Amino acid sequence: MMHDQGELLAFTEECEIAVTVNGQRYERRVPVRLLLSDFLRHELHLTGTHVGCEHGVCGCCTVLLQGEAVRSCLMFAVQADNLFLTTIEGMAGTQSDLHPIQQAFLEKHGLQCGFCTPGMIMSIHALLHENPDPTEEEIREGLSGNICRCTGYQNIVEAVKLAAERLRVAPEEVE
Amino acid sequence: MMGTQRWFGKPVQRVEDPRLLRGKGTYVDDIDLPEMLHAALLRSPHAHAKIVYIDTSAAQALPGVHLVLTARDLGDVLEPSPLLVPHQALTQPRTQLPLARDEVRYVGEAVVMVVAESRYLAEDALDLIDVEYEPLPVVHSLTSASTSVAPLVHADVPGNVAAHLVQQVGTPDEIFASAPHVVRETFVMDRGAAMPMECRGVVAKWDTLEEMLICWISTQGPIPIRNGLAAIFHLPEHKVRVVAPDVGGGFGTKIMLFYPEEILTPFAARHLERPVKWIEDRREHFISANQERSQSHDVEYAFDDQGTLLAVRDRFFHDTGAYTPYGIVVPLITACTLPGPYRLRHYTSEFTVLYTNKVPVSPYRGAGRPHAVFVMERIMDRIASELHLDRLEVRARNFIAPDEFPWDVGLVYQDGGPTTYDSGNYQAGLEKLKALLDYDHFPEKQAAARQEGRYLGLGVGCYVEGTGIGPYEGAKVSVESDGRVYAATGITTQGQAHATTLAQIVAEQLGVDIQDVMVTTGDTQAFGWGVGTFASRAATVAGSAMHLAAVKVREKTIQVAAELFEALPDDIELADGKVFVRDAPQKALTLGQLAISANPLRYSYGENARQLQNVKLAGPRPGPALPAERGGPGLEATEFYSPPHASFASGVHGAIIEVDPVTAMVTFLQYAAVHDCGRVINPVVVEGQVHGGVAQGIGGAFFERLVYDEEGQLLNASFMDYFLPTAAEVPIIMVEHVETPSPLNPLGVKGAGEAGVIPVPALFASAIDDALTPFGIRVQEMPLHPCRLSELLHSPDEKDC
Repeated sequence: MMHDQGELLAFTEECEIAVTVNGQRYERRVPVRLLLSDFLRHELHLTGTHVGCEHGVCGCCTVLLQGEAVRSCLMFAVQADNLFLTTIEGMAGTQSDLHPIQQAFLEKHGLQCGFCTPGMIMSIHALLHENPDPTEEEIREGLSGNICRCTGYQNIVEAVKLAAERLRVAPEEVE
Repeated sequence: MMGTQRWFGKPVQRVEDPRLLRGKGTYVDDIDLPEMLHAALLRSPHAHAKIVYIDTSAAQALPGVHLVLTARDLGDVLEPSPLLVPHQALTQPRTQLPLARDEVRYVGEAVVMVVAESRYLAEDALDLIDVEYEPLPVVHSLTSASTSVAPLVHADVPGNVAAHLVQQVGTPDEIFASAPHVVRETFVMDRGAAMPMECRGVVAKWDTLEEMLICWISTQGPIPIRNGLAAIFHLPEHKVRVVAPDVGGGFGTKIMLFYPEEILTPFAARHLERPVKWIEDRREHFISANQERSQSHDVEYAFDDQGTLLAVRDRFFHDTGAYTPYGIVVPLITACTLPGPYRLRHYTSEFTVLYTNKVPVSPYRGAGRPHAVFVMERIMDRIASELHLDRLEVRARNFIAPDEFPWDVGLVYQDGGPTTYDSGNYQAGLEKLKALLDYDHFPEKQAAARQEGRYLGLGVGCYVEGTGIGPYEGAKVSVESDGRVYAATGITTQGQAHATTLAQIVAEQLGVDIQDVMVTTGDTQAFGWGVGTFASRAATVAGSAMHLAAVKVREKTIQVAAELFEALPDDIELADGKVFVRDAPQKALTLGQLAISANPLRYSYGENARQLQNVKLAGPRPGPALPAERGGPGLEATEFYSPPHASFASGVHGAIIEVDPVTAMVTFLQYAAVHDCGRVINPVVVEGQVHGGVAQGIGGAFFERLVYDEEGQLLNASFMDYFLPTAAEVPIIMVEHVETPSPLNPLGVKGAGEAGVIPVPALFASAIDDALTPFGIRVQEMPLHPCRLSELLHSPDEKDC
């Protein structure tokens, strides 16, 4: 479809936003059409959040918004104004240890190319928060919004079971 | 390889994971360079059209746009991409221009590139470009390509025939003339695609200081790209560096080269003297990254009363899309894979490669094999049903026996070498599978379920897979002065754990921890010889090269240590990062100290060097500081490995499924894979490869079909419409290994990467037939998605699908 330049100028409107990501507050002036995923990756250089489809199916770009798993490719950065986000870079906090979900992925060989992994981990974090003791079926259902093309999911499911078990014994401190 | 292994064969955790788990991987789109610009491509909306004119003036005038490229702006770079893997049967090869000039031949073909301050702006500019097309008749399918009235994809290629090849083993015509049973059937496979989670991408930088082109590309073959870019841009090869950083899956689609963007992005970066990034989005990936799988087979087969397969005559059409960038590798593999694990002595294979107005075809995981296995396993099932024999018994009767290796199939393989199976034990695999699925008791379960109105079916698929092809790979192993080991090879990594498995191979020889082996892959500056990661060859070919280099370093270490300790070489041991004389472990030196000692500099630094001075006294010495027999300074070696021919892995998979005849939905109740890739370097990694392959196979058998309409438009170019299996669809996969070492390489290994996907369409068809016996269905097409299965179930007239 052909546009004229006048129409295009409307897309370049900008807006001031303040977003807290992994506990750090960022203030930026951004184009209103900037996707949240692009904001995280290209403005804040938090490139652990990956983009796999840009239409909200693959789940690679999943982050936590106010603790809820959302797809950052389906949101504009301006929609996150004054909100709290957690990305994969914030999962282990400042600790040198991995988060129990990350640790379980390591032990269970839950990743191969690693591209879907950050989104998976964010989704699992939300899943286990909601349901700390999921059955295998609930885990698989809970993962079904995140596509992995490498692992066949089996070891991811095993990792979720292991992480759930450990988190039940030693729950995370609530941020 | 003998004795106790500390690392080789062990299920060690991956060393690359902590970085990836923290979101600290570096995929191409994670690379951010100062002054970087962003590219977007205008692609053809027509499957076949003449380009009448292109007006880019409005795009060029948009503020923030730095460059707009059409074919006419490319100068001598406007050459068809090089033909990879030429073959004498490919008489009409055609490859693509970086940007279409006069004609477009598939929806998605690149027409204009825009480079701007941001990707958003670049895409805005695409909207301002005016292209007038004159649509031409479209070849939208294999069927429409082969008719006498078919339009021509390339005006100068009669009949759309790119290649035609006939191969024959034995005297099939004579066998058919006298065979007790002959059946003729057609089998069709439709298009699917690899769909790695990371799309393609290129970052290119022209370094004005070094006068050097540096490209980061999400590719499986950086070295061939380096060589090609040097030729295209008239640069010396050492002035081009291509890096495949972390790659988010490839599955074959990223071994294709050159994709247009791999030429255009460096062209723009060099022209503008600013870094340029191009990242493919998912919709682009659907219409511009290569696809596969479409073939149609017309096969006749002859067998005797005992179920012995006597002869096969297979004629098939292969859809190559609009171009043949990767030659005819895929149909060649199909032809050579069809005989499988069976003692087939009379076989004619004839194939015709046809152009269609669709995305070009190059190997996708399995690469022609799922098609061949589908055909052969359908044959085995049919023989069993015709003769009322057990399906597995028919297979067992036809298996090549363990003492019949090497087995010469009699065909020339895709790499020009013989199709000679090096080793195998198919019967052992089948027995394991039977146990895993409790095969002998399945008929009772099936009958009981049917009493309850449930339709269970069991399917099996056996395959033999050519892996580990040449021509060669190399590796450099070098002990650093801190005792850690640097190991570089030219292959790439798309998730196969090479940083771990190659480290295991090195650690085994040098007695170090795998955490102390730093593996570098996919950087032409680190290692500039080799090909890439495809065809299940990395562990076999690069792994063997890595082994040879590590053995050489071990020998050198022993030589240096023996001189230093004044001991016999046979008494020197390497363990836990230390080197010592067997009887005097307390006088050990670290491997780092040995490395310093092997480099006769008078200047050395660090704690290791200081420690060494306490041991090694600089006394008077005769002759040069670096004796010729040392073969150079340090503990370092570079070795190459070139296999005599492919090594042939094998497997037997089986599944029990349940079909709901009302909804035509299929559920996998059990899945078992028995897998033989020779000696296993890391069982966890191999099992992961099998799991992932099976999941892709299930996708390709049931969910994934690229649907093109008669205009050549891809109708399901999104993940909303092209279904990749999720955790809810993929079952638990039981994996067992059979290990018949390959005699062809020093590690005894065979490839494992593609295996999982190969037998799935075959076993899925077998299981559907079995479950739906009361409906009299025989599956002859793949994929068989729920809608299609529903049609078969509910349209009695179309049972022969």
